Amino acid sequence: MKNIISGLNKLFDSRIRLGIMATLSVNDNLAFNTLKELLDITDGNLASHLKALEKNGLIEVSKRFIERKPNTTYSITAAGKCLFEQHLNALERLINPE
Amino acid sequence: MSNNTNIEDLKHIRNLMERSSKFLSLSGLSGISAGTLALVGAAVAYFVLLKQGAVKYDEHMNATGNNPVFGIRLQLALLAGTVLICAVCAAWYFSLHKAKKAGLKLWTVATRRTLYHFMIPLIAGGIFCIAMALNNNIHLVASAMLVFYGLALVNSGKFTVDEVHYLGICEIILGLAAGFFLNYGLLFWAAGFGVLHILYGIRMYNKYDRK
Repeated sequence: MKNIISGLNKLFDSRIRLGIMATLSVNDNLAFNTLKELLDITDGNLASHLKALEKNGLIEVSKRFIERKPNTTYSITAAGKCLFEQHLNALERLINPE
Repeated sequence: MSNNTNIEDLKHIRNLMERSSKFLSLSGLSGISAGTLALVGAAVAYFVLLKQGAVKYDEHMNATGNNPVFGIRLQLALLAGTVLICAVCAAWYFSLHKAKKAGLKLWTVATRRTLYHFMIPLIAGGIFCIAMALNNNIHLVASAMLVFYGLALVNSGKFTVDEVHYLGICEIILGLAAGFFLNYGLLFWAAGFGVLHILYGIRMYNKYDRK
């Protein structure tokens, strides 16, 4: 039982964070607005979750300008991918304990 | 955390992964309508423009340069263009309808990515066919169009439902066959753009749309 719980990451407690990690794990990078559309949440809500994930090194932010408009894209880091997979495995083990 | 929450979480994750990376709004009805339009176009070509084969559309007839052949080729090209535009509009309409019904947006990152990978072989093939036609190498145009269309489908199949990949392989095989059996271009087109699309559309409709 101890093993199972240790795999679950506190950072992924919220469903929005799970959603962010899920979409970034299958896309090279996504723009802020695309994430907002996919997850169907408000700017502020998304921004705060992104900030938390970024602070912990799970995702990376790149800012650039396209035709003078700021364009912020997010991508998953190697560490983030690894932790997210561990979390998924832990979830699966919880559902199907052997 | 209860087990139900975990199951819900996993479902949510799976759904988001698929929705954000794959173009899933392509409707089976798009395939059926495109196939039907192609068959109608082929019928018009055969019965009206070629007068049931009385006018020989001879793919071997290179560089004869006499006007009736050119006129018929132009009419056939215009007909093919009309069918193509109608088919694309119908596909767009049915996909938009399907996306709306599912509460999704049609024009997403996944859609753009699918279209991008679809267009590369298609545009290359289109320009290549124009080059062949201008050089009087008309006899391989039917084959090349089917092959390049198949390659476009296979290329974009990675970003959408698996059926597109297999449809592409069928189109490639048919296109290669058309390259060996010259003079049956119209027949191969009717099979590739008509019959295959309808079969594919019916399968897609039964598998994904009818719920």
